[in-house]
Amino acid sequence: MTETPVLEVNGVGVALSGRTILHDVTFEIAAGEFVGLIGSNGAGKTTLLRVILGLQPTTAGTVRFGGVRPGRGAGVIGYVPQKVALDPDLPLRARDVVALGLDGQKLGIPLPSARRRALVDELLSSVGASDFADARVGQLSGGQQQRVLIAHALISQPRLLLLDEPLANLDIRSEQEIVELLARVGRERGVAVLLSAHDLNPLLPVMDRIVYLADGRAAAGTTDEIVQSSVLTGLYGRRVDVLRIDGRVLVVAGPNDAHGHDE
Amino acid sequence: MSVFFASGLVQLALLVGTLVAAVAALVGVFTVLRRQSFAGHALADLGAVGGSAAFLLGIPQLVGFVGAGILAAGVMEVVGIKRVQGRDVATGIVFGLGLGLTALFLYLDTQHAGTSNAAISVLFGSLFAIDAGVVPLVAALSVVVCLIVVVFYRWFLLESLSQDLAAVRHIPVRLTGILFLVALALAVELSALTIGAVLSTALLIAPAAAALRLTRRVGFAILIAIGIGVGSTWLGILISFESYGWLGGAHSWPVSFCIVIVAFAAYLLSGIAVPVRARRSRVAHVL
Amino acid sequence: MFSEFLINTWIAGSVVAVVAGLVGFFVVLRGSSFLAHALPHGAFAGAAGATLLGLDPILGMGVFAVGGALTVSTLGRRGRNDVVTALALVVMLASGALFLSLGSQYSAEVFALLFGQILGVSSAELLPILALGAVCVVAVVVAYRPLLLASVLPEQAAARGISTFGLSVFFAVLVGLATTMSVPVVGALLMFSLLVGPPAAARLFSADPLRAIPLSIGFALVIVWASIAAAYLSSLPVGFFVTLGSAILYGAGRGWFAIAARRPAAA
Repeated sequence: MTETPVLEVNGVGVALSGRTILHDVTFEIAAGEFVGLIGSNGAGKTTLLRVILGLQPTTAGTVRFGGVRPGRGAGVIGYVPQKVALDPDLPLRARDVVALGLDGQKLGIPLPSARRRALVDELLSSVGASDFADARVGQLSGGQQQRVLIAHALISQPRLLLLDEPLANLDIRSEQEIVELLARVGRERGVAVLLSAHDLNPLLPVMDRIVYLADGRAAAGTTDEIVQSSVLTGLYGRRVDVLRIDGRVLVVAGPNDAHGHDE
Repeated sequence: MSVFFASGLVQLALLVGTLVAAVAALVGVFTVLRRQSFAGHALADLGAVGGSAAFLLGIPQLVGFVGAGILAAGVMEVVGIKRVQGRDVATGIVFGLGLGLTALFLYLDTQHAGTSNAAISVLFGSLFAIDAGVVPLVAALSVVVCLIVVVFYRWFLLESLSQDLAAVRHIPVRLTGILFLVALALAVELSALTIGAVLSTALLIAPAAAALRLTRRVGFAILIAIGIGVGSTWLGILISFESYGWLGGAHSWPVSFCIVIVAFAAYLLSGIAVPVRARRSRVAHVL
Repeated sequence: MFSEFLINTWIAGSVVAVVAGLVGFFVVLRGSSFLAHALPHGAFAGAAGATLLGLDPILGMGVFAVGGALTVSTLGRRGRNDVVTALALVVMLASGALFLSLGSQYSAEVFALLFGQILGVSSAELLPILALGAVCVVAVVVAYRPLLLASVLPEQAAARGISTFGLSVFFAVLVGLATTMSVPVVGALLMFSLLVGPPAAARLFSADPLRAIPLSIGFALVIVWASIAAAYLSSLPVGFFVTLGSAILYGAGRGWFAIAARRPAAA
């Protein structure tokens, strides 16, 4: 890893109305890496992603993107947010959503262009969405919408793709399909992927490294380095046990100690 | 001041205004929580359809108002889907059609009775022009609205917070929606008839929105909203009564205007109080 | 019916229909029906105020419509748009009540502002309609893609550096301008109905935005033309026919949508 990392997050802290959301978060992502951002609800995952996007002001630390500070630029970072509510009668087809990823920030009405159409078709096919390219996007299933939104985020050829809980609300089969899809497109296109999730198990087969968030503090490294009782106990500030069964990992709270606080 | 309270008109205005403001504030808290301000305003205006139709048919205006309100509420619920955006478009279409019918009926009214003032009085009403005969009916309907809200309090509350949560507890979501719209329709028709559609919307939304900025506890918010609503009504009536001759001219300012401005000021003031509270505690006590 | 006197009516109605069909597409997309109701109805108060001061009513309408748009979009920044819209509307309407009571206008004029009196547009009134209409069309065409993206996927839009707040202010002002140009001539009711009905119907018939928008404009034009003719022939208020046409088209759209949704269910 001698080349410049795609993303360097260094000592980032965020406080909102006097409450600390993130504290001294530090990690790097190299080109083409698949990184899981793991933490329970309220751990600060969405805030961290918004910091990387330049949408959330920080109180401390720096974020460098490809060696420079990230500007809020069009399409340098692909983003799939957590909650996307699309009405069933929304007058947009899957291909329109993908096309908006290409040039949604440009002014004027898009002129018909064979190149543009070919690009959209290519993206739709690479995420396995060709079959429903002309369907109303609001009437697709959760997994299908997720594919379309991933294509939307990828079409501007970003070097980094951020996804906020893309596996939430998916059934187990679609969950697996989306993870495999992300690993494949990441490899094929040389895009680094940072994906947040509350459960790390679906990501274990594809994850290069992990960033574990708890109470706004982070630990980063390989899965084996981080997902250990000693590391997570230090992160949570209370005893945490890590159990491994058949290649799966369970993180569970240990017996309540004296200064433990109930959640 | 002594003149103020001695006036029979003022006494009646205070009585009806208090009743209507309290009921509107009660229903308004749920309206704001459920983000149905648009429906609330639409129902207030739509009473006018019934009012103008009643005028045409020669039946009592109150019957027209309440009938149109409940009918419109039912249609909105049928057309509107569960999504907030679906509600918005459904309200827009039903509201538009209702206003179109109002235009037609008012036009026919003017053809038959030669008065176009109906439109203005329906919209703006006046607390100083209330027929004392409607007071018992207003009081009775107020009791009905309060009963609906008290009986279905938990349903309304839970369904406002989360439809999924309500469904898990076996609360009939659709029925709750209709029941609420009926309570809303009754409350706003009541006030639209007596004090005008504009003031009706103001008393429905402003006190409730102000109260919900001050506290997240719904029961508490209802009490504050009633306080703000009734207070604004009294202060507005007083200002209107005292405004005779202000800005020149030999008339007082419209009572609707005075009440709306006081209620709006209360809403703005509540916004100033919010940051102070937010610093103290970010924990939301929702229930 | 097509006499020289009525030519202006046909032109004004057509311009209003085009602008309403176009701007209304985004009104429905963004769930802003309440705004589309509040600005036209609230702005009539501006006209009453301007008349009181001896100014051109369209000036008063513009101040109230654009002022109301700015108030709603800035105060409603934290998501409580419906409350702020309701409050802005009642404050504007209540001011209208005050202006009316201070002045001595005939209530028939107010009636016209609210419910429309399209059969009688002078050539002098036509110019501001054409000018403001052109401004609205150009504004939508220029901002088309960011507006679409920010309306449908606001978070992705923000991540691309599009200011969603700026766009919501821009859009509210756009609705305000469309209001200003149309209400003095066609009335608040007609404008509101055209901003919601045809686009809500059109989006049910086509999933392609570049087809749904022309369809929305087409629906609005047909409704306006049919309504002017019907109002002329029956001498009933034009607003009634416009709202009726909108509701019928929307009902047809819902029917079509329900059938179309059932058909590809096998896929």
